[in-house]
Amino acid sequence: MMMKFRSLLLLLILAAGSGTLAAQGLNSGLRGPAPLNEEGPAPPMTGPRNSSEKEVRNYPEQPPVIPHSIDGYQVDIQGNKCLSCHARARTGESRAPMVSITHFMDRDGQFLASVSPRRFFCTECHVPQNVVTPPVTNDFVDIDTMLNRAAPGGRR
Amino acid sequence: MSSVDPPAGRQGFIARAWRFAVELWGVLIRPSSVFGLGVLVLAGFVAGVIFWGGFNTALELTNTEKFCTGCHEMRDNVFAELKSTIHFSNRSGVRASCPDCHVPHNWTDKIARKMQASKEVWGHLFGSIDTRDKFIDHRLELALHEWARFKANDSLECRNCHSAQSMDVTKQSPRASIAHERFLFSGEKTCIDCHKGIAHKLPDMHGIPGWQ
Repeated sequence: MMMKFRSLLLLLILAAGSGTLAAQGLNSGLRGPAPLNEEGPAPPMTGPRNSSEKEVRNYPEQPPVIPHSIDGYQVDIQGNKCLSCHARARTGESRAPMVSITHFMDRDGQFLASVSPRRFFCTECHVPQNVVTPPVTNDFVDIDTMLNRAAPGGRR
Repeated sequence: MSSVDPPAGRQGFIARAWRFAVELWGVLIRPSSVFGLGVLVLAGFVAGVIFWGGFNTALELTNTEKFCTGCHEMRDNVFAELKSTIHFSNRSGVRASCPDCHVPHNWTDKIARKMQASKEVWGHLFGSIDTRDKFIDHRLELALHEWARFKANDSLECRNCHSAQSMDVTKQSPRASIAHERFLFSGEKTCIDCHKGIAHKLPDMHGIPGWQ
């Protein structure tokens, strides 16, 4: 008798739980209103940020982002479209920033005559930006802002 | 007409051909005694229209993408590469087909290019680029031909669609507008100088001006 009552109770609880789950629909901010077992519509693709204006780095070690469209740029064994403007010899005509001198170094710190093979594939670090609103807010602040925030008399 | 007349026995081919040509010439310069002048003129006109129209129709037939991609060399290499570029797929759906860029639109230039292209028929028949590897081995040579042609005619085939007069630099990205104002409008450079490899993959670019 006791056993039967227990299993009935368990069944009831399960039924109630699944009922509320189904009713809720789990409206998560990232997923949107699509139910868990369905795939929502993909957000529309956005265009590249193509302002050609230099973007400030968030920290000194950050590889600068590419402020222009790079659609169809071929970077492989045959050639490197990026270097058509950013190579040392090309910057006079293109007025683009030259690839950093660190890119000429091999892994032993020796400077080569041109871009080192390990730095040849630009988009491994440098990427173009798209105009999007990030689904998750980011409270990153750069080091200058953080230091300025420090209370007067606090440790600097 | 009758200076070279009934010879007996076999003659050489050249002698017989010469005799035929002389007789034909005799027929051609003799006035017609059967057809009226009007009939001859009209027939000539109609035949002319048919021949010229037929010639141009055949010429245009060889100027279609379907014709170009009829050979696997074009279909599997350059046409496959074109498909991912902006000249095949873009926001407005206007697209360039093979002859738009590779065959001059001007009649005399077109005929000259078509005669050159007979070498490509030879290449197809003897399989000079009938595998992907062979094609890649020849890519630099083929590209150099096209770059030289574009350079020589001031990128005419680009300008058939992209006219500098109609180019609104304010609608371009800052980078593009500055470059076009400095180099294109001043005539310092022509399209192909900067825009290589926009419709097909590039060959080995070492030593090509402007490339590293």
